Amino acid sequence: MANGTDEAWWSKTKGLMVTCLIIWAIFGFVIHFFVNALDRIVILGFPLGYYMAAQGSLIVFVVLVFWFSGRQDSIDREFGVAEDDY
Amino acid sequence: MATQTSGGSDFVNNLGKIYGIYTGGFAAFVILLAILEQVGVPDRVIGYLFVFFTLAVYAGIGVLSRTMQVSEYYVAGRRVPAFYNGMATAADWMSGASFVGMAGTLYALGYDGLAFVLGWTGGYVLVAVLVAPYLRKFGAYTVPDFLAARFGGHFARFLGILVLFACSFTYVTAQIYATGIIASRFLGISFEVAVFVGLLGILLCSMLGGMRAVTWTQVAQYIVLIVAYLIPVIILSAQRYGVPIPQIMYGQALQEIAGLERQLVADGLANAETLKPYLQPFTNYNPLNYFGLILCLMIGTASLPHILMRYFTTPSVRDARKSVGWSLLFIFLLYFTAPAYAAFAKLEVYQNVIGTSIDALPNWIYTYGNLGLVKICGADATTMDAIRAACASAGNPDGILGLSELAINNDVIVISMPEIAGLPYVIAGLVAAGGLAAALSTADGLLLAIANALSHDIYYKMVDPHASTARRLTIARILLVLVAVGAAWLASTRPADILSMVAWAFSLAAAGNFPALVLGVWWKRCTTAGAITGIIAGFGITLFYLVMTRYGGMSEWFGVRNISAALFGLPIGVAVMVVVSLFTPEPSKEVQDLVEEMRKPRGSTMMEGGDVVAKPV
Repeated sequence: MANGTDEAWWSKTKGLMVTCLIIWAIFGFVIHFFVNALDRIVILGFPLGYYMAAQGSLIVFVVLVFWFSGRQDSIDREFGVAEDDY
Repeated sequence: MATQTSGGSDFVNNLGKIYGIYTGGFAAFVILLAILEQVGVPDRVIGYLFVFFTLAVYAGIGVLSRTMQVSEYYVAGRRVPAFYNGMATAADWMSGASFVGMAGTLYALGYDGLAFVLGWTGGYVLVAVLVAPYLRKFGAYTVPDFLAARFGGHFARFLGILVLFACSFTYVTAQIYATGIIASRFLGISFEVAVFVGLLGILLCSMLGGMRAVTWTQVAQYIVLIVAYLIPVIILSAQRYGVPIPQIMYGQALQEIAGLERQLVADGLANAETLKPYLQPFTNYNPLNYFGLILCLMIGTASLPHILMRYFTTPSVRDARKSVGWSLLFIFLLYFTAPAYAAFAKLEVYQNVIGTSIDALPNWIYTYGNLGLVKICGADATTMDAIRAACASAGNPDGILGLSELAINNDVIVISMPEIAGLPYVIAGLVAAGGLAAALSTADGLLLAIANALSHDIYYKMVDPHASTARRLTIARILLVLVAVGAAWLASTRPADILSMVAWAFSLAAAGNFPALVLGVWWKRCTTAGAITGIIAGFGITLFYLVMTRYGGMSEWFGVRNISAALFGLPIGVAVMVVVSLFTPEPSKEVQDLVEEMRKPRGSTMMEGGDVVAKPV
């Protein structure tokens, strides 16, 4: 089973997984550690720290999942492990 | 798939048209009711029409989707397109509490309440990246089914069922309770009767067609709930700021709130020491609890069986991933609107209630005071005289309301919005229909998860593996009805403890399922002994912490609140799983091949009809 292509495919898949989890951790947690500093910037009435927790991070999550599914699919296609199109 | 019937594929090919007509029909129905209201039809009748019409439509879809095929019953034949599965998952996910209570939580907790918004959306990143596509490839019918196949045997399956029960049963009881509350308020019948009306709606949707019926009703329910959630707040935003985009315009409301808070303190209507500024972080939760709660909710989301099993229904692994994106987008539409609801309600209260004389309170205070949801000076706000008497005896003779004298139930925020905005009753009816759709759709999904675990995992896999298809489906339906009736009976007793235990579901699911699911996929070396001891340790400690802090009088560890209990169970579960795995012999070649095969999207599912298919060599 474990031939060279499979290993390359799986390591790319793992790389994408780690990238996604880092972005997830930054927008789920890290950025909110700095809420008090961000709140000094106010845009359209929103303190930025509040905005990030109420909308900003959520938008990042939505985009991240769609981006991930596209990236993973092209990795799968590159190594021939994707499903046939139907 | 060979089992596709021509009628079924016609339906799947025309989904856009069918749900387009459905949405148009629903809009026409709302307009018709609005006209009826204008010509003088009483509110009570409008309420009846809303509840019965929507219930009839859901039941109709349920009956039309009846099936006698096992794969249709358990996984909707695996041909639900990503987009529609996303809608169904969003309805499955957003409970009556999300719909009615989320904005109220934000109203009460300010910035700290955003932990729920973040936690309940960020979890889907984990679902997409770590879990769902692999479970879809594996092709199990239930989450315990996967655990049994990966960790060889009935003990892992049994633990999976235990975790599933622990996190789903209290949850479904709360949904049926919410249905009863909404139905009784809008039909004017007693709560106990309303619970069983709701039960009927739930059973008609799910019993005959299993997952297939639940999927197509959930899509219909999502459309109703999102329309009902957005319309009142869009109108309010247009009224106040001239722009019908509440999600942007509430920034101005936030600034006005901050200004009014300072004003209230200056006027002596609020105490500077006890006022928790709406925008200031960490006034209700300290940072440890805030971030701990976000983590528990995220990981819990990625572990809840009734959510994960929705991704078993897509035609391919690729669609399963895309479908998580759609789910999150549809959930996002509601969750990024909830803070706008909260801000508008806060503004209304600060402008028109606090600092107002008792003679001049807005009408909605009395509407909800009479339902026992608004208290002023410690008494239900039923009439002006009642308030005046209560405030006089509480030492407020001047009759000007201070901030500490008002207490609003969280559920009022969303329900009262049509009235605050001065909208006709038909919009209030629409909001009720939305809340009902949210509670029913979540109840359907949970009920199916529980009943499937009983019928597939316990009956078929452990009791009678030779049962015929017809017998399996009959048993599945009988168990579904029994679980539903049991939950409805429990809900009708108004069990306060059960309802407050719903928040436990996330911690229990996170500690019980997440390590085994993720390591089961991502770490070939994870052994059966490791998984089993890990689940027992993680789930056990979480349950112990929950029960002991609530009933045992145990003090909190490091000040971590009960609701974030997985903060202890999760790392311990993972650690035990890893250490025990490393000390036990590595899994057989067979199991390792199974894991490799599961990671690759290519090829058919590894289980068919609920049994592992022997791999062609």
